[in-house]
Amino acid sequence: MTATYDGNMLAGPLSDVFAVEVTTATACCGGCGRNSTVAELAVYGPGPGLVARCPGCDDVLLRVTRTADSIWLDLAGMASLRLPAAGG
Amino acid sequence: MPIITRGFRGHRSGDDERLPPGQYLTHDFPVLSTGPTPLIPPEEWSFTVTTETGVRHEWSWTDLMTLPAEEVTVDLHCVTRWSKLDTAWRGVSLDVLLEDVETVADYALVHSHGGYTTNLPLEDLLDGQAWVAFEYDGDALTSEHGGPARLLVPHLYLWKSAKWVRGIDLLLEDDPGFWEQLGYHEYGDPWREQRYQGD
Repeated sequence: MTATYDGNMLAGPLSDVFAVEVTTATACCGGCGRNSTVAELAVYGPGPGLVARCPGCDDVLLRVTRTADSIWLDLAGMASLRLPAAGG
Repeated sequence: MPIITRGFRGHRSGDDERLPPGQYLTHDFPVLSTGPTPLIPPEEWSFTVTTETGVRHEWSWTDLMTLPAEEVTVDLHCVTRWSKLDTAWRGVSLDVLLEDVETVADYALVHSHGGYTTNLPLEDLLDGQAWVAFEYDGDALTSEHGGPARLLVPHLYLWKSAKWVRGIDLLLEDDPGFWEQLGYHEYGDPWREQRYQGD
């Protein structure tokens, strides 16, 4: 199957985690080094969780689940995540 | 007189008893995926069991086809709350595949093409509870549902029935898989509604 969504799907689930608009952040893939905005990521889900992959190499960059009392976030596939700073 | 009588739901009462708590019945077969669908020609498929001492047992597709297969009809329960009843599969029991594997392991970590993993106790793969399935409803298993072969462990939530299965590591200690690392239950019994850690 092709990706269910693009990275804009992550805006809602991640709004409880980040204080800034995360879809304009830049994710650097830890696998291939490609820089992508979060909005460009290929997102699969929504259940059991959301999985965002690099549009270049398909490596997993981000996973997020919501359980009964927690949000679980994995960014281990990213070399970095550059977020816009307030007033920047 | 009650506004809704039991009679309105009577034809579903048998199905209701087969639905674990929190589940609803579906008649289609939803496809959930964590990534692009791997397309694996059967001639390139293999299945490897690696023991805790590093001993590898490998079966090619041809090997799998020579093993005794079973036809099983089981109910499926997805943690996303849908259940599908009376699904018909054909596959090789893990009892057959693990028959000559010497191990003292208590746990299994299942690996799939595409990088997906899931963990479960080894005993849940034995005694007629699990299969490497390659036919669904009389036809070759399609890639979207995990073909050419997937694990089938229907007494646990469906995320344990790894699609595109390629191997199992037998381990002395439990090692959480793809969703178990992100808050999902290490065991996943739908009848005890073990969706998340601590349930």
